[in-house]
Formats: sequence, C-alpha cells, structure tokens
Amino acid sequence: MSGISYLTPFLLWALLLLPILWWLLRAVPPAPLRAKFPGILLLLGLKDKETTSDRTPWWLLALRILALGAAIIGFAGPVLNPVDSQSSAKRLVILMDASWASADDWGRRQAKLTEVLRSADQAARPTIVFKLSNITQSLVPLNFVAPNVHLQRINSLAPNAWRPDFIHWADYLTVHDTSFDTIWFSDGLDSEDRSALLDVLESKGNVSIYQADEPVLALTPPFVKDGNMVVQVQRSWAKGALDVSANAIGPDPNGVTQILGTASAQFSPNDVQAELLFDMPLELRNRITSVALDNHRSAGAVVMAGDTVQRRKVALISASDQQEGADLMSDVFYLRKALVPTAEVIETDLKTTLLVNPDVLIFVDVGKLSQTETRDVTKWVANGGLLVRFAGPRLAASQLGLQTEHPLLPVRLRAGGRSIGGAMSWGAPKKLRAFAEGSSFYGLKTSDEVTVNSQVVAQPDPNLAERVLASLEDGTPLVTQKTVDNGRVVLFHVTANAEWSNLPLSGLFVQMLERLAVSTTGNLDDVQDLEGLIWKPEAMLDAFGVIREVSDRPGVAGTVLASRAISADLPPGVYSNASRKAALNILAKDAVLVKADWPTDTTILTLKKTGQKFLKPYFIIAALGLLLLDIFAALWLSGKLRKRFAGQMAALVLALAFTQPDTGMAETDEVLSNLINNTVLGYVKTGSAKVDKASHAGLLGLSAELFRRTSVEPITPVGVDIEQDELSVLPFLYWPMSKNQTSPSDIAVAKLNRFLRSGGMILFDTRDAHLSSGVSGGTPNGRMLQKIAARLEIPPLEPVPEDHVLTRSFYLLQDFPGRHQGANVWIEAAPADATKIEGMPFRNLNDGVTPVMIGGNDWAAAWAIDDNGRYMFPVGRGSAGNQQREYAQRFGVNLIMYVLTGNYKSDQVHIPALLDRLGQ
Amino acid sequence: MTQNANISARKIRHDADHLAHGFAALLADAHQLAASVSHGAHGRRRPGAGDEFWQYRAAVETDAMRDIDWRRSARSDDHFVRQHEWQNTQSVHLWVDRGASMLFRSQDNLPVKAQRAAVLGLSVAILLAKAGEKVGLTDLNDLPRQGLAQIDMMAASLADTFPDQEFSTPARKEMKQGQKAVFISDFLGDWDQIFESLSYAADQNVDGYLVQVLDPVEQDFPFKGRTVLFSMNEAHKFETLRAQSLRDEYRAKLAERKAALQQLAQKTGWRYCCHQTSAPATVPVMWLYQALGRHV
Repeated sequence: MSGISYLTPFLLWALLLLPILWWLLRAVPPAPLRAKFPGILLLLGLKDKETTSDRTPWWLLALRILALGAAIIGFAGPVLNPVDSQSSAKRLVILMDASWASADDWGRRQAKLTEVLRSADQAARPTIVFKLSNITQSLVPLNFVAPNVHLQRINSLAPNAWRPDFIHWADYLTVHDTSFDTIWFSDGLDSEDRSALLDVLESKGNVSIYQADEPVLALTPPFVKDGNMVVQVQRSWAKGALDVSANAIGPDPNGVTQILGTASAQFSPNDVQAELLFDMPLELRNRITSVALDNHRSAGAVVMAGDTVQRRKVALISASDQQEGADLMSDVFYLRKALVPTAEVIETDLKTTLLVNPDVLIFVDVGKLSQTETRDVTKWVANGGLLVRFAGPRLAASQLGLQTEHPLLPVRLRAGGRSIGGAMSWGAPKKLRAFAEGSSFYGLKTSDEVTVNSQVVAQPDPNLAERVLASLEDGTPLVTQKTVDNGRVVLFHVTANAEWSNLPLSGLFVQMLERLAVSTTGNLDDVQDLEGLIWKPEAMLDAFGVIREVSDRPGVAGTVLASRAISADLPPGVYSNASRKAALNILAKDAVLVKADWPTDTTILTLKKTGQKFLKPYFIIAALGLLLLDIFAALWLSGKLRKRFAGQMAALVLALAFTQPDTGMAETDEVLSNLINNTVLGYVKTGSAKVDKASHAGLLGLSAELFRRTSVEPITPVGVDIEQDELSVLPFLYWPMSKNQTSPSDIAVAKLNRFLRSGGMILFDTRDAHLSSGVSGGTPNGRMLQKIAARLEIPPLEPVPEDHVLTRSFYLLQDFPGRHQGANVWIEAAPADATKIEGMPFRNLNDGVTPVMIGGNDWAAAWAIDDNGRYMFPVGRGSAGNQQREYAQRFGVNLIMYVLTGNYKSDQVHIPALLDRLGQ
Repeated sequence: MTQNANISARKIRHDADHLAHGFAALLADAHQLAASVSHGAHGRRRPGAGDEFWQYRAAVETDAMRDIDWRRSARSDDHFVRQHEWQNTQSVHLWVDRGASMLFRSQDNLPVKAQRAAVLGLSVAILLAKAGEKVGLTDLNDLPRQGLAQIDMMAASLADTFPDQEFSTPARKEMKQGQKAVFISDFLGDWDQIFESLSYAADQNVDGYLVQVLDPVEQDFPFKGRTVLFSMNEAHKFETLRAQSLRDEYRAKLAERKAALQQLAQKTGWRYCCHQTSAPATVPVMWLYQALGRHV
C-alpha cells in the first residue's frame, strides 16, 4: 500500500472549519492601532461613514489558514507509504534473540522493533519484549504494558555475546496460560531447541518471524599452516559471491594496538566457507591478539588468538653435537619431535642463541658452562627466560651444584645419582606418582607405562619440597623448578632420550612441555590440558565484537572452559593461566554456521525498511514556521515593526532556521601550499563556537607577539577539524577542552598519533585551573581530556622540571601562567638516568622533544586579541594582571620556540667545550 | 510640580538638577535662536525721554537753564536744547501653553510642541529684553520686568510643564491698556474656553499675538484602518474603523479652528500665525519679533 494514511483521520474533519475561519477572520477587524492624539477634540462628533472596518489583507489570511491547516493535518498524523497495521488487538509478545549473530544488523533490528511497537501502539495492543539471551525467573508473571513503554527502552536494548537458551524460555512461556501473538526477531542461526520454543509459541497464537536477509558471518580460531596464519570465515548460507577482508590486530613494538596485517578472501557463490591467509613474519605474527572482519561488527566477526598463533622460539643446546649415532639414540631427537609442530626450534651454539633472545632455552645434558656463559644465561633467565634442563651422564659427572646451589640448577644434586631396576641394581623401575595439587602438571593423567630407570637425585634441602613439580612413587623428585627473578629454571632429573626412562616416549611428555609453556597450542580441544587449573578472564568480547580488558571477574575452572558452553557465566574472551593464554571464541575450530530452518508454515518477514514515514513533525514545524511569519506580518501591519528591531529579529529567525554547519580548513592545494610555506599555528575545533573563537583569537595574539618579538613570523592561525584536515602541515596544535566536544574517531586518533610521532606537538588546555589545583579528572574538561588522551600515544608525564628547555628557549621562565595561574604543566618525563654534568646548570636532557603539553591555564584567553589588536579577556587585576599576561605571552613565545627548535637551547651547554676544543 | 511629592533634600536636589537642566537647555536654545534675529531699540521716532540723540532745537523761554546744551550753543549765537528720542519701554506678557496636549510629538526627531513653544517664547523674550522692554509670563503673578535676570526667571518657569491639565487656557491676568500679550499654544482645546480667555485679554485692550504650534500629525491626520485615539491623559477616547475616511473631515475641522482664531485676531486687531514643529523655529521668531516691533 502506498500513498498517505492518517493515524487519527477523524481530526481531518476540522479542515471543514477553515472556510468558517476565513469568514470569521475577514469579519473580525484586525487589532486596532492605538495612538495618542492631542487633536482628538476636533474628532469628537465625527462619524464613520462605513461600518465595515478595514479587512485583514488576503495574504495574511491565507498565511493563517495555511498554518492552521498544516497543524490540523499534522495532528491527524499523516503517514507516507503506510504498512498494513495488524487489526488484531491480541496481546503481543516480542522475542529478540539478541545474540552475537544479531549484533551486526542490530540497528536495523532496533528500527524494525520501533516500527513494530509503533503499529502495536496504534492498535493499542498490550506488549511485552523479551531478550532471549537473558534469563528470567520462571515465576515472574508476563507483564504486558503499553508498547510506548518499550519504545522508550529500545535504545538501551543491546545484544549479548552468547546464544539464547530456548529450552529455558519454552519452559517459562509454557507456564503462563495466557494467549498471545508472537513476533520473533531471530538471529538466523539454527539451534536444536528452537523448535521446542516455536511449538510453545504456536500453541499460544500466531507467530511471525523477522529474520535478516543476509547470511551471518563468523570467524573460526586462527591456526598456523605452512608458516602462515589461517583464519576461516564461515557463513550461515551461501548467497552469491562475497568478498571479505579481515585485519590482524595486536600491539606494535610501542605497545599501541594497531592493525598488523590484512588479508582478504572470496566466498565462491555456493560456498559457505572461505579462508583468510595472513602471510606475516613470525615476529609480527606473535604479536597478534585478535583478527576482526572488516565491515562486520559482531562477536562472531572477531576471533581472539590467545596463544594459538604464538610460536615460541625454543633453543636446543646439547653437548653431544659431535657424536655420531642413530637418531633414536640422539639426546634431542624426541624433544625435536615434540617441539617442531608447535614452536620455532633453534639449534645452534649458546652464544648465537642468546643473541636471538629465545623464549625458552633447553639444555640437554649440558655440564659445566664457562663463567661468562653462566653469567649471560643467568641474566637471560632473570629477564624472564625459561631454562629447561635435562639430566644425563655429563651433568651427573660435572659435579655441578653439589656443595652449593648452582644458579642454573633448581636444586642441589647429590653426587652420583641412582639407578633402579637395572641388571645390576635392586628393585623395579619406578613409576610416576600422581601430580600434586599446586604443581603446574596437576590435572594431567600419569600413565603406568612411564617408568624411570636412572636419575640424578636432589639433595633434601629445606626448600626442596616447594620446588618439586613431579616425583616418583617413592617420593624422589623427578622434575624440579625454581624461579629466578622473572624467569624459571626447570630440571628434568632424567635424560631427554629414552636412555634413563621412557618418559620422552610418552604422550605425557608433550603435555608436560606444554604445561611448562615450552610449547603452546592455545586451543581448548584438549580437556586434560585445561583440567585442574583455574583460568582467569583477561579480556572479554561483547556482542559487537569489542574486546574489553577485565580484571574483576572470577576465575573459571578448566573443565568449564573446556566445555566451551558460551553463556553469561562464560563469556567469550581470553583466559589466562600462568603465562598461557587460552582464547574462547564464538566458533570452535572446524565449527560451521547453520541457517535456521523454520517449518514451512511460519510467517517469515524481512528486516528491510518499509519506507513508512511519519509526516507529523514536518507538518507541525511548517505550521510553527507559518505562525512565526504571521507574527512578523502582524507586527508590520500594525506599524510596530520598527526598523531597528526588524534587523535583529530577522537575524534571530534566520539563526534559528538555518544553523550553518562549520567547515574545516578548506584543503585546496593552494591553501595547503600556503600552510606548508609558512609557519602557522593550529588549534583543534571543539565544536563550541565560543571556545573556537577564543582559540583563534588566542593564537592570533600569540602569532602577533611572535612576529613582534622574534624572527618567527607566523601567518593567521587555522582551525583544524581533526576528522578531516591534514595535520602534517602544522607544527603545533592548541587543543582546548570543552565538555561537550565529541571524542575523535579511530581514524582521527590514528592521524593524531602519526602527528605526535612525526614531531608535532599538542598543547592540551583544560582551561579550568581556577577550578582545580591541577590537571585532574575532577572537572568536566578534565574528564574529557582523560577520555581523549586515553586513546593517544602519550608518554609518561611529569610536571615541567626547573631545568627543562622550555624554561629558557627564549625567555627565562619558571611559571607558565595563562589566564589562570598556578597549576602544574605536564610534559613528557625526562629519562630516569638524566644526569647533571659537573659545572653545568642543567641536566643533560638532549633527546626527545615532548609530544604533548598538558595544563589548565587557559592560555588562549590570555593571548587573545580581537581584530583591532585589543585584548579580548581580562587577565588578573591591575599591574599584576598585566604582568601575568606578559608572562603568558612569554610562555607562548618559549613554547613555539621549543616546538620549532627542539632542544637547540639545551645543546648550548656544550658551547664552552666546543670552544675549548677549537682553541687547541 | 512637586506639590504632593515627599519633600526630602535628595528629592529637591534631584528635581533642581532636572529643572536646571531643562532650563539651561531652553535658555541655550532661546539665546541661539535670538542671536539669529537682528535687533535694535524701538525708537518712537520723536523726541522724548531716551538715551539716543534725536535733535537740537532752539531753546525757548520755558526751557530750564540746565536743559541747554552749552556745547552746541557755543558754536552759534542761539541757545539750543538737546533732545533725545523718546524711548518708552513696553511690557510684553507671554503665555506659553505647557499643558498635556503640548507634550506631544509624533516622531522622535521632532521637538515636543511644548518645548518648541517655550523656545519660541523665550527667544522673543530675550530679544525684547535686549531691546530694553519689560517681559513677563502671564502665569507668574508679578509684573513684567526689564533685564536679562528676568529671562532666567522666565526660563526656569517655562521648564515646568503641567501634564495634569489636558488642555490649558491662558490664566486671567490684569494687563494694562496698550500692553502686549503673546499666546503660544496649539489651541486644540475646547473652543469656548479658548475664546473666553482670549476675549478677556482682548477686553483689556491689549495687543495680542497668537502663535499656534502644531505637530505634523495634527496637521495631516495620517492614520489608516482601525484606530483608537486617546488624548494625552487618556481622558478622551475616539475609535474609528476606517481612519482614512475621516481625514478630510478632520482637516476641515482644523481649518475651521484656524479660521476661527484668524477671525478672532482680525476682530480685535490681533495677529495670528500658525507654526508646524517640523519647520525651523526661526520663522515664527522673526514673525513675532517684527510683529511686535511694528506696533511699538
């Protein structure tokens, strides 16, 4: 149906009143002109010849009739292209799946829900809206209310990152024996229990389903194949060819989260799966924390990597390189077999190895090291390395750690060692004791087949018990560990080959290595691998695919995590234990998406907009506008529209009617080249006209002072729209905070970071030093600053130290007042090792110009001049105020000098030395 | 003016300042206007008491010895008497209407009628005072006096207005025969009252001069459409649905009033002039001054 319909058509009868109104308005004379007139006595006694008064002019009448007509039509609620509204007045239950699969088109769902609720409102149907991914108490009654109650809540409805529990809802709705119609916003994915709920709903009344027309897309966890990271994209059903691209995201070397790599793939028309191939160097790949699909925002379109793509660099050092022999007898054969699939294995000499800085160092039966080597390795371990040692004849013979504890051995060893169950010894080979709780192997199943024939034996020192990770059934330690600063040293008291025990032959060996984080897989497939450990959530994924760091959620048992049942209690995210990170993603590896399969008789509707448009506001605004015109017309007719007011009123009306959008600095080539060829100061437009005006005037004043006092000759400052404008042409940005400015977009943040990295400087000014004693989050502007600065690459800060270059780049200054005075000004902190050279007044702070300055002194206001060169704002009082303004200007000059010349002034301290050298 | 006002030092001071301001401005205007008109003594063109030399005539016996002008007589054998031109001083009474109807102006850039009237009156008074005549206001009880001090007094009292009186009429004041009276008003009040009070003056056989001061709006009646008109104190109200239809009738009525004043003037040998506030003030001053001078 198209055309126009009305919500309350009977109001249109009021249009019949218009002709009557016309007649009335013509009959009733216009408001009289009232005036004083001394000659009135001459008039007394005169009679009007005509009885009808002057008529209201026809155009004024038309104006009023139009205004009234527009109002009547407006209030009748015209709707363009209306949809057929359900005539049923039955109660209505609206179910929203509200799972991650709905998140991508959540906006459309909200719009549709609005539409549905509006039409329910027209039909006055009692309505209730449920989010199925929530859980409700089973005894809560169905609380039907007027639809407009829900209309107000639409904006706060948000999906969850997990799928609904349909059984729970089927149970809940069965209990209530009211009948109702159902509108179900399905997420379009299949679920076994869905039909149960559908049955319940159909028993209560009509069911119609809203479902997206596009397939749902999701990523499966990344894995490494042929040295490349691979991520599979699944879609719920094949719908033509589709190009997808994804970004691999992780911290760059500076610790700033960035896009590290991109990949794209194409679904062929009939395929439901595509593969994204990230060809990246290992160093980069190890940094990846998540992969996200472009242009899709749902939890399914983001996968977190955890440890899955991290390949540790493991260095194998064995003493027996020279030995020729069968592979199976080799010291490192089994280790190599165990490690190669999951780690980068390096086999070279120790010195080279340490240069590569491996994550793990494995000493296979290495005896004595030279003193230098010992020192180097100890240092490496202390810095967070993991040293895993295997015993063997050489270690036993080296007499290492007999008397005192060796830094690279977890325990003292007894001379000799022991042999059990051999031809020449008593007793049977020993089996493993079950791993004790608290050991990092706890949860792994020991196998009876693993036996130990020989081993090196630990001295029973007082601290031995706490260092044991695994022991034999008679209690002799088999694996011991100690921590050295940030690192660990682990000793397997047996060899890495099958000589002393068959442990290296067992699957347990691989699991043990994994638990030691020697090798990592990071996926949750291996229940045993997870069991017995408590996993702490580190980051959580919300339905829209946004990753949030969390620190306040309780840990999750490994078995629960292994179940992968994503719910409110187990949200998708990254869980960590010790140095291992496991990622719980929406889709498991090899999982597929299945399209929801509805019975053929269900009504399936589309989420597409119907083009229904409510015209009421437009008509009402038109009516108001006409009435406004009428005011002017009436005033003009009665001669009260004086010339001098007319201008002001017209300006006011125009200002109300057209608020001109502000344009950024127009970026023609000409303008840009002008900016490049000159020094120009920039300020960030905050959107508040008052603040922007003050910034502009402030930088104009500062430019004028620079021109007057120094050889810096800036041109007129420019306002910068950080979303659109090119920043690289400016050396300096002044950024005042105002509490209602919008936070910059991601693109703008990236641009600002680039600006900061490439030598630009931003002066943040909270302009509220009179409200707080320092830059703080206590004021609205301070909070705004925190919000913006949190996303920028801002180094550690400190208040400007006394010997900073800023205090002497042009004038000698110690205070940096603006319109306010006293609060600290913050700059990048000096390196901790900055030292003062004997005889020099300043520390040697030569490198690094601070990228930001943060303060709250409202400098622009102190600098601001108007077009006539007069100061716009008062600063302080009397001569003290003049002095304060002078110092503010000096600060400005120093600042720009610092921005333009960097640490040149600091280099001056070397002049005496240079002169000295020249003299020789 | 401050009959019912509470008398306090502050109030008096305030009023005094206010008055002095109006007075000074008025005086300044009047002086400026008077300076633009040439003036001279009103000689009677015959011998008499006066300062100006008139003629020598041969002494007759009845002349007293001290009247002989010896200097002139020494040049001939006869005795001569020095005669002065007879200069008598005239008394001019001024009445300036300061009632509510005079406190009107139709536009901000026009003077209020009362102000124009006061300036007119005062500048004529200045000219007369400089010519040595006696001037005074009819609403002051004392007699006309000579000298510029009198001008100051007149200016002070002309700065007062009487907004309580809708239309005011000249106070009845005893005037001697042959004295002159100048009446400056809009003459828009009740005709009978105007006629009566002017007749009273005419009956005392004084020379009268009527100056009618009108605002352009009062001349033209530019109103259109539905209009409610009030008198200055809103005592009278007149409503019309089509003001423009009354324009001609009003103009006729005004012309009638002017004609009546003219007629009254002719009957009594007075003179009448109409002045519109949009015109320069010098014109009526010249007219008044010359009219006064001719009859002196």
